[in-house]
Amino acid sequence: MSEVQPETDARGIAEEARARVRFEEEVLELSDQVYRVARRLVSTREEAEDLVQETYARAFRSWRSYTPGTNLRAWLFRILTNLNIDRGRREQRSPATQPLEEGDYFLYNRLEADGGSEDEARVVERLSQDEIVQALAEVPHDFRDVIVLVDIGDFTYQDAAQILDIPIGTVMSRLHRGRRILKKELAEATVGDSG
Amino acid sequence: MVYMGSDPCAKCEEMLQPFLDRELSEDEYAIAEAHLDECGYCRKRYKFEETLRRYVRQAVVEEMPPELKQKLAALRTPL
Ligand SMILES: [Zn+2]
Repeated sequence: MSEVQPETDARGIAEEARARVRFEEEVLELSDQVYRVARRLVSTREEAEDLVQETYARAFRSWRSYTPGTNLRAWLFRILTNLNIDRGRREQRSPATQPLEEGDYFLYNRLEADGGSEDEARVVERLSQDEIVQALAEVPHDFRDVIVLVDIGDFTYQDAAQILDIPIGTVMSRLHRGRRILKKELAEATVGDSG
Repeated sequence: MVYMGSDPCAKCEEMLQPFLDRELSEDEYAIAEAHLDECGYCRKRYKFEETLRRYVRQAVVEEMPPELKQKLAALRTPL
């Protein structure tokens, strides 16, 4: 068509505006989940708030790069983790050595040795909330990112792989090692201090 | 068939995470479950891990400040 038809044009603009409003509403509905994950990716509440705001500013700006019908959560969390990696890697002094994790029974064995045998649920209750938050913060970024996405964000391995742009095998190995590192940190925080 | 080998509890320990993540094959599940049925040592530790995961999740989840929600809404494209 050689001429632009004003009505078609106006209709197109109105449709785009509606699609955009819908997109923004859907993205905003995910904000609780985004904050929960963001909060554990960074150390302070202020950083988490900044990160979430940056994520939303970028998501709203680049809404055209989202393909309707695809996984919106994964798309949004990819923005979040990319922004976090961009800023986080600047501040992070990379630890020269990764903590050496123990086996998966390690934490239980330590707690049991420390407090005698009791019900499994009671053993868990010996860990305080602060100790758990602190122990998770001690887990190196690469491992923690995966733990937070899978265990707090409820993402599948496949989604976590897509979000972090790493192979699914890497997701699994980082998740398994990361959880062991977390348990070692918890063992040190609880038994280490009191003993 | 997966063979538990000479140290079945060590093998069972290795299967703990994939077991709880539902990543094992049917054969592997059958083997882990058969061992758990007869081994109180491993059963206690599996139970502990399950409880621990729930407990950790509860401990680290922090809800979003309500003002932040308003700030995010303010970032929307003006109509
Ligand atoms: Zn056993």
